[in-house]
Amino acid sequence: MRIDVYLPLLLSTLFAVAAPWAVRRLPPRAATWLLTCTAVMAAGTWATALALLAFTLVGQIPLVASEGPWSAGVLAANDPVHRPVALICALVLLASVAGLTVVSWRRVRMLVDGWRECRELRAAGDLAVVDDPVPTAFALPGTPGRVVVSSGMLQALSADERQALLAHERAHLRRRHHLFLLVLQLTAAVHPLLRPLAREGAFTVERWADEEAAAEVADRTLVAHAVARAALATKRAPQRALPATGGPVPRRVQALLIPPTPFRRGPVLVCAALTLACCVSLAEAAHDTELLFENAMHTSAATREQPR
Amino acid sequence: MSDQAAAGRRARGELESEVLAALWAAGEPVAAGAVREQLHGDPALTTVLTILTRLHGKGLVTRERAGRAYLYAPVRDEAAHTAAGMRALLEKGSDRAAVLARFVSELAAEDEQVLERLLHGHQGD
Repeated sequence: MRIDVYLPLLLSTLFAVAAPWAVRRLPPRAATWLLTCTAVMAAGTWATALALLAFTLVGQIPLVASEGPWSAGVLAANDPVHRPVALICALVLLASVAGLTVVSWRRVRMLVDGWRECRELRAAGDLAVVDDPVPTAFALPGTPGRVVVSSGMLQALSADERQALLAHERAHLRRRHHLFLLVLQLTAAVHPLLRPLAREGAFTVERWADEEAAAEVADRTLVAHAVARAALATKRAPQRALPATGGPVPRRVQALLIPPTPFRRGPVLVCAALTLACCVSLAEAAHDTELLFENAMHTSAATREQPR
Repeated sequence: MSDQAAAGRRARGELESEVLAALWAAGEPVAAGAVREQLHGDPALTTVLTILTRLHGKGLVTRERAGRAYLYAPVRDEAAHTAAGMRALLEKGSDRAAVLARFVSELAAEDEQVLERLLHGHQGD
């Protein structure tokens, strides 16, 4: 059994390890872009490789073979992929498509809900205040997007920290971070092993917004304090089930208290090399599959000519 | 020039947000001077008054006369519907929160100590 048909699957899964490793060595903006690009690449490779493997089985269905036309028997005899393996690939691919559909549907509905909420919000500038003692703050993408902050959060922060908070949420809206998160969540739906990338992405967009806010208020320590104070205020408030997103707060605070991460080429090059390997292995697998079917087509043509 | 106009509009919008944030943070009716002290970049008092008047016009701020000046406070009842809507948005699970990009995520107990240490360690510098 040849290994090269499985190589794209293996390589695309390697991104689950390589990408989080790489982004921890990059500034948040480059990290977010790298994560998103590699996630799209890995999910695409994964789905294509599965489709190629599954098709070696689908091609053996008589109805499909007669459409080709190719000889189902020759295909079965030459196929390097075991039937159960091809069947599993087909099922995994179906699950990926189903997952993608469900997640896309949910995400789109969510964005529409958000947009509707944005239209109804009464805002001053881009800020809408919710009269709620529980400290909370988030960016609501829309046209235009809104920064939603509860009165409890505003009261927990000093004037300078409030400015840092607003700058942070505005950065989310300005840089369209929800689109990065959307892409990452969709790729994780296609390829569940890419979930670490989506998790890491949720963290890097927060870091990106932190750094943009720090640039705007010209004080990274101030942003660190704002994030920490907001987190502590949230903790002290009456507890409600809060979904954990955005990654661990202490890591963000720590990152703001040390000098900014410089851009390095190494991690990017590692991901680029892996991407290239994915493309090459995928092309190789596609070529092998093509040869397999061509061979079966020739036999099919030869058997049809024989009766004459 | 259109860039400049856009920048001007944005700055005005941001100042409006800051004024509203300051009013909510105050927690009690305050005079325009007290609002101004909470703002960043030292805007003129007349600018603050203009913004407060505009917010009042939008129905986001109430004012009551106290002697020669007005005291301003944010309008609370209007937000009731919004608060319910927001809570519904936020409580529909982690999916939703992922899109909404919350400022801070939930804090574990040990994270709390780490944060306190980071904050105080830094203030000690």
